[in-house]
Amino acid sequence: MPEIRVTPLGAGQDVGRSCILVSIAGKNVMLDCGMHMGFNDDRRFPDFSYITRNGRLTDFLDCVIISHFHLDHCGALPYFSEMVGYDGPIYMTHPTQAICPILLEDYRKIAVDKKGEANFFTSQMIKDCMKKVVAVHLHQTVQVDDELEIKAYYAGHVLGAAMFQIKVGSESVVYTGDYNMTPDRHLGAAWIDKCRPNLLITESTYATTIRDSKRCRERDFLKKVHEAVERGGKVLIPVFALGRAQELCILLETFWERMNLKAPIYFSTGLTEKANHYYKLFITWTNQKIRKTFVQRNMFEFKHIKAFDRAFADNPGPMVVFATPGMLHAGQSLQIFRKWAGNEKNMVIMPGYCVQGTVGHKILSGQRKLEMEGRQVLEVKMQVEYMSFSAHADAKGIMQLVGQAEPESVLLVHGEAKKMEFLKQKIEQEFRVNCYMPANGETVTLPTSPSIPVGISLGLLKREMAQGLLPDAKKPRLLHGTLIMKDSNFRLVSSEQALKELGLVEHQLRFTCRVHLHDPRKEQETAMRVYSHLKSMLKDHCVQHLPDGSVTVESILIQAAAHSEDPGTKVLLVSWTYQDEELGSYLTSLLKKGLPQAPS
Amino acid sequence: MAAHLKKRVYEEFTKVVQQQQEEIATKKLRLTKPSKSAALHIDLCKATSPADALQYLLQFARKPVEAESVEGVVRILLEHYYKENDPSVRLKIASLLGLLSKTAGFSPDCIMDDAINILQNEKSHQVLAQLLDTLLAIGTKLPENQAIQMRLVDVACKHLSDTSHGVRNKCLQLLGNLGSLEKSVTKDGEGLAVRDVQKIIGDYFSDQDPRVRTAAIKAMLQLHERGLKLHQTIYNQACKLLSDDYEQVRSAAVQLIWVVSQLYPESIVPIPSSNEEIRLVDDAFGKICHMVSDGSWVVRVQAAKLLGSMEQVSSHFLEQTLDKKLMSDLRRKRTAHERAKELYSSGEFSSGRKWGDDAPKEEIDTGAVNLIESGACGAFVHGLEDEMYEVRIAAVEALCMLAQSSPSFAEKCLDFLVDMFNDEIEEVRLQSIHTMRKISNNITLREDQLDTVLAVLEDSSRDIREALHELLCCTNVSTKEGIHLALVELLKNLTKYPTDRDSIWKCLKFLGSRHPTLVLPLVPELLSTHPFFDTAEPDMDDPAYIAVLVLIFNAAKTCPTMPALFSDHTFRHYAYLRDSLSHLVPALRLPGRKLVSSAVSPSITPHEDPSHQFLQQSLERVYSLQHLDPQGTQELLELTIRDLQRLGELQSELAGVADFSATYLRCQLLLIKALQEKLWNVAAPLYLKQSDLASAAAKQIMEETYKMEFMYSGVENKQVVIIHHMRLQAKALQLIVTARTTRGVDPLFGMCEKFLQEVDFFQRCFIADLPHLQDSFVDKLLDLMPRLMTSKPVEVVKILQTMLRQSTFLHLPLPEQIHKASATIIEPAGESDNPLRFTSGLVVALDVDATLEHVQDPQNTVKVQVLYPDGQAQMIHPKPADFRNPGPGRHRLITQVYLSHTAWTEPCQVEVRLLLAYNSNSRIPKSPWIEGGEVSPQVETSIEGTIPFSKSVKVYIMPKPARR
Repeated sequence: MPEIRVTPLGAGQDVGRSCILVSIAGKNVMLDCGMHMGFNDDRRFPDFSYITRNGRLTDFLDCVIISHFHLDHCGALPYFSEMVGYDGPIYMTHPTQAICPILLEDYRKIAVDKKGEANFFTSQMIKDCMKKVVAVHLHQTVQVDDELEIKAYYAGHVLGAAMFQIKVGSESVVYTGDYNMTPDRHLGAAWIDKCRPNLLITESTYATTIRDSKRCRERDFLKKVHEAVERGGKVLIPVFALGRAQELCILLETFWERMNLKAPIYFSTGLTEKANHYYKLFITWTNQKIRKTFVQRNMFEFKHIKAFDRAFADNPGPMVVFATPGMLHAGQSLQIFRKWAGNEKNMVIMPGYCVQGTVGHKILSGQRKLEMEGRQVLEVKMQVEYMSFSAHADAKGIMQLVGQAEPESVLLVHGEAKKMEFLKQKIEQEFRVNCYMPANGETVTLPTSPSIPVGISLGLLKREMAQGLLPDAKKPRLLHGTLIMKDSNFRLVSSEQALKELGLVEHQLRFTCRVHLHDPRKEQETAMRVYSHLKSMLKDHCVQHLPDGSVTVESILIQAAAHSEDPGTKVLLVSWTYQDEELGSYLTSLLKKGLPQAPS
Repeated sequence: MAAHLKKRVYEEFTKVVQQQQEEIATKKLRLTKPSKSAALHIDLCKATSPADALQYLLQFARKPVEAESVEGVVRILLEHYYKENDPSVRLKIASLLGLLSKTAGFSPDCIMDDAINILQNEKSHQVLAQLLDTLLAIGTKLPENQAIQMRLVDVACKHLSDTSHGVRNKCLQLLGNLGSLEKSVTKDGEGLAVRDVQKIIGDYFSDQDPRVRTAAIKAMLQLHERGLKLHQTIYNQACKLLSDDYEQVRSAAVQLIWVVSQLYPESIVPIPSSNEEIRLVDDAFGKICHMVSDGSWVVRVQAAKLLGSMEQVSSHFLEQTLDKKLMSDLRRKRTAHERAKELYSSGEFSSGRKWGDDAPKEEIDTGAVNLIESGACGAFVHGLEDEMYEVRIAAVEALCMLAQSSPSFAEKCLDFLVDMFNDEIEEVRLQSIHTMRKISNNITLREDQLDTVLAVLEDSSRDIREALHELLCCTNVSTKEGIHLALVELLKNLTKYPTDRDSIWKCLKFLGSRHPTLVLPLVPELLSTHPFFDTAEPDMDDPAYIAVLVLIFNAAKTCPTMPALFSDHTFRHYAYLRDSLSHLVPALRLPGRKLVSSAVSPSITPHEDPSHQFLQQSLERVYSLQHLDPQGTQELLELTIRDLQRLGELQSELAGVADFSATYLRCQLLLIKALQEKLWNVAAPLYLKQSDLASAAAKQIMEETYKMEFMYSGVENKQVVIIHHMRLQAKALQLIVTARTTRGVDPLFGMCEKFLQEVDFFQRCFIADLPHLQDSFVDKLLDLMPRLMTSKPVEVVKILQTMLRQSTFLHLPLPEQIHKASATIIEPAGESDNPLRFTSGLVVALDVDATLEHVQDPQNTVKVQVLYPDGQAQMIHPKPADFRNPGPGRHRLITQVYLSHTAWTEPCQVEVRLLLAYNSNSRIPKSPWIEGGEVSPQVETSIEGTIPFSKSVKVYIMPKPARR
């Protein structure tokens, strides 16, 4: 029985460290290769020893697919390919290929240079790893080998995020990665055609949430910033360098443009400049508005947003500053925060979720006095606002995608178990498909019934068609032919051609049957009686009485002979070829019932 | 090889010869009509290969065929068709047959038999499809003939089982267009059972080819359009098609569902998987709503558009479209809108919200949450958030239409519309502002909503701001804080964009007159009066102060207590503003003041209005004096013209009428003056050269009549007659003047003939109106027409001269509504001292921004003219997309004009102005004789010209020589 096996090594009932193994029709594919933000030990990376204990990974995996550049989807890649050892192809989209190494390098710097970890991958390893990457375009079908093919679909979420369809023969799996069904200011919505995969592996971060309209949030955000700037305050927006930051930049930039505002907007330098550069390049991956207007002006060439310099923080007058990192736990954003916290005219807007223990989390939970290092106490007088700008699909969006793709079954990853439970129940209830939610290391096996294509010669098809009525899509039709299996392809040909191809001589296969009849008369007369009986019974068949005393019905031969022991019993010998099996058996059953009483 | 080459050369050679022959043949064709088919026949016989034949056919198809020769051509084509083996040629012939059968005046029933005949023997699918198309053309040409239609439907049914999708497509199209409408004709002579066309088409809803499925649905829609009532059973079939794999099928299915829902809104359909039942229109609404989140944006646009026209849907379903049933972590959550509303109603205002303010509250029963089947749930929320702006615009439009029919829905959708003011695409923002204006009767803005609306006033796009001003004109505000807020924001807008001044004043005028009671408590604050102290008198020229006064005075109109709060200078300012900005400041009932214009109140009809009366009287006076001495007439005319012009300046609503009549009187004055010239008293043979005045007058009258005809909107036919009549007089004058000043008779012949033709043309055009023109110039002229036709030019001139002098002054009836087209160029302002520098030979783009009023069809008529100092004039046709339509009768032209010139030594000014192009044909009523007439009248009377209708603006430019 063919089957699809799925084993999450990470992201099974969990967020972070996405890594899912899929075996489909004998091909093994690894989907994403991420790291976990929450751990600093071995648990940080997926357990690759699960794949093989002592063999080389390359022998076991046909390819690796990376859905997008977030570290929880690609962070373990250099470790996996260079330190564990994998030489096969790695597939990702062009923007991911461009931005991924920047983030990896940044991550490495923090881990090695700041935290001083040993036994970590090096810059060279990142470079070597990226050499194994094969970039794909949207909707481009890439043949990994003769049988395995993959295809990328647009996923929204971040620049270059893609959903992948993995297909072997007629079996297919779709892996969504992270996706967003509502468009935002810089990216479009995820889209997939009705590809009807056997399995859809979807993220389920917001399995139990239905979100409000994006417009309210945007309007709120703009209003707050605008008000703060008008009163002459400074606005701090802590962000992570990629993704949401660009969205907010565009939002503010267009607002400034529309409203003719003059207050400066700054973006802390570093990573961002490089990243912005890529956003400018990959304009085809953005949303309709940016794609359509970039001829006049590339939206990422910001007019109002300038690079930030440390000294600007003390400038008088209103300003807006985007600074990294997003949770106010270190770096520039924290420095600026400390400078500005004391003035009630200022404002800090947290655009995303903050991990417990960070300054961001503390101020969001309402703490107004913060203990900083060195026993300093910082009083927070500035306004603290929270705006959620998340780029994951909500429950409705997930259902919408499932509806679009029409899979045979669904598998949930990248979410919390409790929330998944709810969504699983909903999916099963509303689409009437199986839904799975394996934990890490747990294997889900899905039996499939792949359809096998069979070639048929046109001649045979036409001949068979001519015999019956026009084909009707709803009714099965009987067809005579020979199935030839040769080098894993199937052909249906006529028997004559099959014999010719195989160099065989046709064997005649005849069935014979004796029917005992109680009839005292002569053989000839019995034959005559049989003949007349059959003639009357089988009106639309050709019944003949041959001169040698035998009777033929089409190709079926009936001979009458006297029984050697009992002369009162006649033995009818019925013989037919296997092609006429149907008629032959009908005849025998007819004869077994006996002949009608002679009129004499 | 050599032989082959030779053959090719020969072929090419012969080809050339043939083409020449062709040309000659076409020339002959014009002379002898029947040879057309003969020529085709010869060509087709000559054709050696299918490619040749195809070429001939293609050439043939380029020229039209007269109705008489169609049949002959068809015969020849058919004859050739039978002989032809190549399917592509047959295809072309089939398509030609279709084209020919569409020829006006040709009845195609004679070729139908042949067409059906050849259809039966045809093997090629493509040709079959084309033939069916031809049959469709024939069938649509003969809508009356039931028998033919039946036959064609029969043919179509026969070919429905064809294996090619193209043929099936065409068959379905044929069925849709010709399928019998009445079931009553059950018995036909040939015993053809009437087929249930709907059933047959319906069977193809499940065809294997998506194109055929689409064609089937389209055919069904076609049946509906032709007035056949579709069965309700189709609804279920159509619903199944909503989940089709192909977008064109889904898109068509959505339409079909909509159609059925409009036909059977009240029938009851069961809800699957439960035993409840709902109205069909509600069910359809839910299904179409679901399609708003379809995978294909084409379908989404379609669905969103159709939602707008489903007005019968129950309000319960309608309101669901705005509710997404938010939840977070399985707990019910309130939307931001709900929260805002609550904040508002609880009386507190948002102040530095805490995190978790929007934290979800109650737990949701997991079983009760329906994630996808919820039908209408949140359809508009999705539609308004869509990635494609086409979908968003469609959704906004739909919201608008639904809100107009349901006040409660209007109230609910307000929040969403307000949110759309922040869309990234300006078009969408504009659309939502317009939508809001349309539904503004049904709504009252809450303060927080007003706040968001007003925030858009800072938008840098002028269109948006103006649309918003329009919106504020007709909005209801609930509180006095709201009014204050609006005023503050508008003043802010005024300081930021001073060009918006007029628009803002107008907006405040309406705001004031709509909310007198809300303005009242604000008056002391707004005028900054103090109970004890006199405050400084504000600057009267400050636009912001004027804005405040406009608001207050308009409010005071219906609020008699308000003037008591005014201080002295306010009264003075009132008097000043009432004079200078009479359109913005109403007449007030002020204490201690004579009620100057209390008569002017909206209840009085325009005819009783004194200024209107004055206008009427002065015109009457002019018309009544027929036989005054010339001197007196002239004086009176001059006086009246002056009066009218002044009146037009004072009373904007009468400006059109006054100007129009003044122009007419001016024409008359000119005519009288010209006829008074000494020139006429001198004996004819003296050939005076000094006839400048008369010829100039003739020319000017012509110009004025064109202005009258084309610059005013609302001119009716009876005015056009008078105008044309005046023009005819001018032409007569011109003729006479020419006759007197030119030596020799030869040029006169042509002119006379032309003039007589024009008279004839006038008669034909306005035959219906001639009775009104008793005693007029033309009336007399027509009486003498037979004599004029035969007499010599000199005689004609003589007759004309006497008639012109005797002719009376025609009374110009005033149209109900007449407006003069006008234009104001806002940009370039023409004040800059800095020349626009550019390299000579290259171009510089000049932004032109102008408002146009009362221009009909500005896309075709308005041109921009640039006059260079060297006298060179350039005419620019703006693109149709450069015109916007901000309100009825108003247009706005925003375009770029490209200037270029050779190098100048110093900067110089070019003039930019707007022209109104006209074409005298456009207004002439189309009458049947135009088609049948031998001579095309267009040729002789079509006069195209332009009228400048805006002040010209000077732009300083400086083309520099190119630097090497």
